[in-house]
Amino acid sequence: MNEFAIVMERVVKQFEDVTAVDGVSLHVAKGELFGLLGPNGAGKTTTVNILCGLLKPASGSVIVGGYDVQKESAKVKELIGVCLQETAVYPYLTGIENIELFGNLHTLDKGTLRTRRDMLLEKMGLAQDAKRKVEKYSGGMKRRLSLILALIHDPQIIFLDEPTIGMDPQSRRAVWDFMEELKKEGKTIFLTTHYMEEAEALCDRVGIIDHGKLIALDSPKELISKHGVENLEEVFIKLTGRRIREEL
Amino acid sequence: MKFQRVTALTKKEVKKTVREPAVLFMIFLFPIVFVLAFGASFGGLGGTQPVYNIGVVNMDYANLSQAFIAALSDAKILSVQVYADNQTAQNDLSQGKIQAIIVIPESFSQSLISYHEEPNDPSKWINATVSLYLDKGSVVATQAIPPIIQQILSAFTDGNAQPTPTPISLQVASLVEAKQLSAFEFMAPGMFTFASIFLIMMVAQSFTQDRENGMLKRIRITPTTPTEFMASQVLSYMLIALIQAILVFLVAYLVGFRPNVDVSAYALAFAFVLIFSLSNVGFGLITATVAKTSGAATGIAFLFVLPQLFLGTFVGASLSSSAQVVSKFVPSYYVTDALTSLFLRGASVASSTILLDLVIVSMSCIAILAVGIILYAKYYKI
Repeated sequence: MNEFAIVMERVVKQFEDVTAVDGVSLHVAKGELFGLLGPNGAGKTTTVNILCGLLKPASGSVIVGGYDVQKESAKVKELIGVCLQETAVYPYLTGIENIELFGNLHTLDKGTLRTRRDMLLEKMGLAQDAKRKVEKYSGGMKRRLSLILALIHDPQIIFLDEPTIGMDPQSRRAVWDFMEELKKEGKTIFLTTHYMEEAEALCDRVGIIDHGKLIALDSPKELISKHGVENLEEVFIKLTGRRIREEL
Repeated sequence: MKFQRVTALTKKEVKKTVREPAVLFMIFLFPIVFVLAFGASFGGLGGTQPVYNIGVVNMDYANLSQAFIAALSDAKILSVQVYADNQTAQNDLSQGKIQAIIVIPESFSQSLISYHEEPNDPSKWINATVSLYLDKGSVVATQAIPPIIQQILSAFTDGNAQPTPTPISLQVASLVEAKQLSAFEFMAPGMFTFASIFLIMMVAQSFTQDRENGMLKRIRITPTTPTEFMASQVLSYMLIALIQAILVFLVAYLVGFRPNVDVSAYALAFAFVLIFSLSNVGFGLITATVAKTSGAATGIAFLFVLPQLFLGTFVGASLSSSAQVVSKFVPSYYVTDALTSLFLRGASVASSTILLDLVIVSMSCIAILAVGIILYAKYYKI
């Protein structure tokens, strides 16, 4: 196994006449918390979908956990946990039933599943509501449950696609704390977000993507210092001439 | 294949069926309510059929009996097949190949001669009884055929189409020994098929909804293989079909459907329903492939639901001749035919008609399921 958890080399992905990912290359080290920033439609979700094997790139190579995502997808799926942008949870199941379903899909034994389930419910503040049907949950609660489903099998590499979108500040803070905890455990985290303060607070390095191209790649401090600005938002403005959230 | 994954997904699908009110209604309550309402509204269902297949067993080899057979053959409404013995004819009747058997007694010609010699002196007549066995699985046969045969017999005996006293009588043999079946009982076999057809809509909606809300994508990110996923779907819908069939049977039993058959007939009937559910999963997948949204899936599903419903269940009890030809292309027809043979005609589980139905249903349903899986996997990754 090499030192990188994620390696993308000149990856291109097109949808008809739109190039969603345009020759992106990046390396994410093991244990790193990497943030991919950009406005809506910049190519963040497409990049995550390529990294976890949901989309096939038109060209380029993608290695995750030392395995080729296209050729050895079964091995990659054992290693990764993915929290999709969609709040994909079964509304007719309870919180516990959703978690147990995905634990079983990862073939966890009963004891491990129960321990992980209770720990994650506690950390995400859902223990009290675990036996309620998910259709009764608020949007923020569903997002937190979605995060638990991604992490139930204790993955080594975690993809979080806009994990805190739609959350209240308190829930967002809880998720940030949890991400820092995961990082301390040595997990590799690939985070996409358009919250600049989130990236600045959490990420070891960030990549800024716009119109499918990676236009900057460094630690938040280095980027801010290099461009002589106050924060990442201003870095984005300086690079693109527009605000990151104005297109939302 | 990991059984743990298949079991987890199967349980999830069954919970969905039980917990979602719309699905619960569509799959379990609607067929039951519809069956009851339909049975009550159309209990006296009858109809016309252009040609009835009639078997004739002639115990009297004299010329007059041959002339009577010729008179039967001349009737455009009848297609007559002469059998050498009653047993062979009874076998064909129990398998639905013919709709009635006429047994001409040995004394037929003698009786007719005695009548023509002394038409006004019944004391000189030699009495004879023409027996008529009917397909108990056909409401049309039991209602329409006896008056037709009676009319031909009367016309042949004395040239009068109206029944007048003659030494030759017509006795409906099968209905003399057994109780007359109600219209509801005629429809009951088709009801088992009917309930399962709505799985098409459920499968189509389930796949499109899970696609819309990202659940299929989420499952694809787990190590679950396409084989495990599809196995869980097929298993869960077979389980739902079984529960449906049990519920419909219980309701039918309560309403009065109590066929006099052994356990093997019930077991085979449930096996037919289970195999049939495969084709409904297949049609559901084809619908989900074509439909972009769950709303569209509901509408498109009717393209598969309606032909199966009208051509292959109790709804089509009186199909026109052209519809009968088309019905041979829908799997539900063979399921209903087999259940009718088992429950109403008294065919044995090993009879050639039942086995042929089983082969056709199995092959067509597996083929439809395979097409559904291939099409869906081609356009949407599983």
